[in-house]
Amino acid sequence: MMVKLMRFSETQIQRYSRHILLPEVGGKGQAALLKARVLVIGAGGLGSPVALYLAAAGIGTIGLIDGDVVDLSNLHRQILHHTPDVDRPKVASAQAKLTALNPDVTVVPHHERLTADNALSLFEQYDIVIDGTDNFPTKFLANDAAIFTKRPLIHGGILRFVGQVMTILPGQSACYRCIFKEPPPAGLVPTCQEAGVLGALAGVIGTIQATEAIKLILGLPQPLTGRLLTYDALASSFRQITVRRNPKCPICGEQPTITTLTVAEQQVCELPTAALLSNGGAA
Amino acid sequence: MSSSFSVIVNGKEEATTAASVMELLQIKKVDPHMVSVEYNGEILDRTVFPSTHLKSGDKIEFLYYMGGGTA
Repeated sequence: MMVKLMRFSETQIQRYSRHILLPEVGGKGQAALLKARVLVIGAGGLGSPVALYLAAAGIGTIGLIDGDVVDLSNLHRQILHHTPDVDRPKVASAQAKLTALNPDVTVVPHHERLTADNALSLFEQYDIVIDGTDNFPTKFLANDAAIFTKRPLIHGGILRFVGQVMTILPGQSACYRCIFKEPPPAGLVPTCQEAGVLGALAGVIGTIQATEAIKLILGLPQPLTGRLLTYDALASSFRQITVRRNPKCPICGEQPTITTLTVAEQQVCELPTAALLSNGGAA
Repeated sequence: MSSSFSVIVNGKEEATTAASVMELLQIKKVDPHMVSVEYNGEILDRTVFPSTHLKSGDKIEFLYYMGGGTA
């Protein structure tokens, strides 16, 4: 396929020079990055490093969906947001930082939650989707919407000192439901809000997610598919677990039972904790 | 007392007396609803945890649900 030659400005050549120098990127790869459209679900712990590195790399359009406002308790890991941003919508705070970092980037803020109603039309506007949400109903919704719209999805999760990441190519590699059939019973698996999380861990996992998205755009081989990569910060060790497509997967298996988008009960487990927080807490 | 044999759990070899995946979860005090279990490369349906018998050399991975990100 003919790739239309892109004319870089002098400042772009300077800005992206260390990328362009890489034979795996080059001018052609950088042009592909500038044309790419990536949706980041959640502008929080994972979404921060993801969006910052994508913006720095010159990803042309970055969509951010998050319905929350910045809370003081977010700042130890959500490095897109600064102290004066407390109470500001996360997508607005994020947009300001990302466009300041790189004016080449168009940031599209979606100040809302991902729902069964908006997910498909939103995913269709982007090439790749990155999951940076903390709640399981949304994680499963993102997986299902990615399967239906055939958009690559880069899953990430963190808790306490451990993180996991996996790239999902719909119809080609194991999806989230191939591993986890359905969300855990409400309240059983603690959230970061309940159990805590090492802030810098979000940087490790989010940065891997951004790297995987950039690799996909560049068409580099060996994406993180069919492997769940886990990182244990206490042990300072990475492991990868091979995960094959599951023929019994309810959405991408041989006899799928999920044929439309639905959302599991929304975060019943989080309500009591949120109510305990004197400041009302960002959900 | 049943005799112990060795299995590989999350990449580490260990001795166990657990007869099934379910027993292994119980011994390790892991709630079966909190994990997905990969047994010799295949994700198991939760309903077969009790009937999946362990033998020496089996490879078991506990895959945990992990949220994170925005909160």
